[in-house]
Amino acid sequence: MDTMPKWADVALIPFINLALALIVSGIVIALIGENPFQAMSIMIKGAVGSAYGWGYTLYYATNFIFTGLAVAVAFHARLFNIGGEGQAALGGLGVALVCMSVPWPHWTLALPATIIGSALFGAAWAAIPAWLQAKRGSHIVITTIMFNFIASALMVYLLVNVLKVPGSMAPETARFAEGTRLPAAASFAGWLGFGKSAPLNVAFFLALACCVGVWVLIWRTRLGYEIRAFGQSEAAAVYAGISPVRIIMITMLISGGLSGMMAVNAVQGEAERLIIDAVQGAGFVGIAVALMGRSHPLGVFLAAILFGILYQGGAELEFEIPAISREMIVVIQALVILFTGALDNMVRTPVERLFLRLRRKAA
Amino acid sequence: MDFNTVIQLLDSTLRLATPLLFACLAGLFSERAGIFDIGLEGKMLAAAFFSAAVAAMTGSAWIGLLAGCAASMVLAAIHGLASITFRGNQLISGVAINFLAAGLTVLIGDSWFELGGRTPSLEGAARFQNLTLPFADSLSGIPVFGPLYSQVLSGHTILVYLGLLAVPATWYILFRTRFGLRLRAVGENPAAVDTAGISVVGLRFAAVIICGLLCGLAGAYLATGLSAGFVKDMSAGRGFIALAALIFAKWRPWYALSACLLFGLLDALGNRFQSIEVFGATLPTQFMQALPYILTVVILAGFVGKAIPPRAGGEPYVKER
Repeated sequence: MDTMPKWADVALIPFINLALALIVSGIVIALIGENPFQAMSIMIKGAVGSAYGWGYTLYYATNFIFTGLAVAVAFHARLFNIGGEGQAALGGLGVALVCMSVPWPHWTLALPATIIGSALFGAAWAAIPAWLQAKRGSHIVITTIMFNFIASALMVYLLVNVLKVPGSMAPETARFAEGTRLPAAASFAGWLGFGKSAPLNVAFFLALACCVGVWVLIWRTRLGYEIRAFGQSEAAAVYAGISPVRIIMITMLISGGLSGMMAVNAVQGEAERLIIDAVQGAGFVGIAVALMGRSHPLGVFLAAILFGILYQGGAELEFEIPAISREMIVVIQALVILFTGALDNMVRTPVERLFLRLRRKAA
Repeated sequence: MDFNTVIQLLDSTLRLATPLLFACLAGLFSERAGIFDIGLEGKMLAAAFFSAAVAAMTGSAWIGLLAGCAASMVLAAIHGLASITFRGNQLISGVAINFLAAGLTVLIGDSWFELGGRTPSLEGAARFQNLTLPFADSLSGIPVFGPLYSQVLSGHTILVYLGLLAVPATWYILFRTRFGLRLRAVGENPAAVDTAGISVVGLRFAAVIICGLLCGLAGAYLATGLSAGFVKDMSAGRGFIALAALIFAKWRPWYALSACLLFGLLDALGNRFQSIEVFGATLPTQFMQALPYILTVVILAGFVGKAIPPRAGGEPYVKER
């Protein structure tokens, strides 16, 4: 018997966790001598108060949906993929190679190829830690952290020595050709007021499709059932004839592929060239998003929007109140991870007790 | 490479290995007690900021050191609260602490000094000064040993020597005292320790707080010894290299010293040379930077000796089942 109703688990507890994170953030803002309520209203207004704000908010959210889903899928198999940052960086390499090696006539032809390229490169970067976990028992958290650093060094090396435009100082590739550029929000949703500068692009719909795809995979397929069974109990899964090596490998390949696909949005959709640190921490935000969203695609979607608001709102906040630097977002992100991930039991235990007492009274 | 270059390389190896060493020993205490800590980086960063900030305000590196250690221990206490008291996921807690430190240091630094997250440059007594070991001058004439003593070993801040002394101290505490035996036991089999009537929670908290203290020393050395002030993200992944060194060292103090010296040497080499030729092949500097991580993965893969972590690591202890 569950100790509390389902709505409390999926909505009430994340809400309390988020509220706690925001309260502590407010205290931090108050401590540096600014008004937290004013800061909050600037953030919300800046992020969702105009089509301009939405253009950025949804762009950031698109990145976070990809990386959040990546962490969430791995969570279902009780694997903590902390390597989204590196996998997304390699995904960027995949996108860049696809875009630069073929003279694409139209983006509709280029997009499927870049999706495959980014997913393959991201999955390949996750494959080595996955194989080491599955076959050699090396802790996947440590290996994926190490692979983040290796990826960062590799990308710097490639951009400085191999992919750079000859004669140029900037460590970045040339701008991708016309035929690979994804339509931005201004061209398909201009009637909603999106301007030319909005970085939101069609990759947003790819992210939505991935949400649906992950939902189908986890809850409507045999593989998804095996992944969840493995995550619940490895011993039981082995008893049921599920191969741990197979599940670890497949789950991590899917997870790495989803991280890699983030590059379709950030590298092909927005920057239109490969630059150093194209991921900009989105791989880590994915951890917070997956924790907040309780590893469910709908939850991940909502949490990604929330973090999109935080990122865009944070930029506006720094503009309006220079005393609050952009790092405020990182603090809020840290507090969300802390309260929803690490200190979850601090909220859960009292809430469970409360529901138990209510039920006893009712009975 | 002439002899002088070698001497200079060894000198900077020792400097660069010191923060790694403190952080590595910090992780050693924590993980030996069964608490994984990927938040070494964050604790180090917080300590670096607060030691530099307080040293800038008071003009004393020692008061800065205290402030840095205090900040690091507060973060360690949060990690303990999350992973021991509330039995949360230790890895997630570590991730949160890393971000918390990365954000708060810049936010507070910007608000206090308005230098874009930096602290003012430290001068004089606000920094730890280099010490000259006794007889360094008179012994410097002796071939080989002279320069090794007077240029490599002598002329560092007191924290470098403290770091070197921390290695035997850690070995002694962990392997020759009752506290150390219990601490290691709690990382292998907490239920047995509990049955013997010793507090698992108390021991683990003690380990986590010692970890905080040592990370504090690492951060303080970074900001007030190695450089003169705090800059944004100045720990630059050293906490993770320390974690790598810890695995490389198979959770043993003396191995930790050699692993940190090795990684310090790699860092020193990377700083000094843009690229290195080995057996006719040119290794780019990025490869040198990635080498500690690559070596750790190889070690973790178990191809070169197996690294076996403490058995109860990462598992919250639940008293009654």
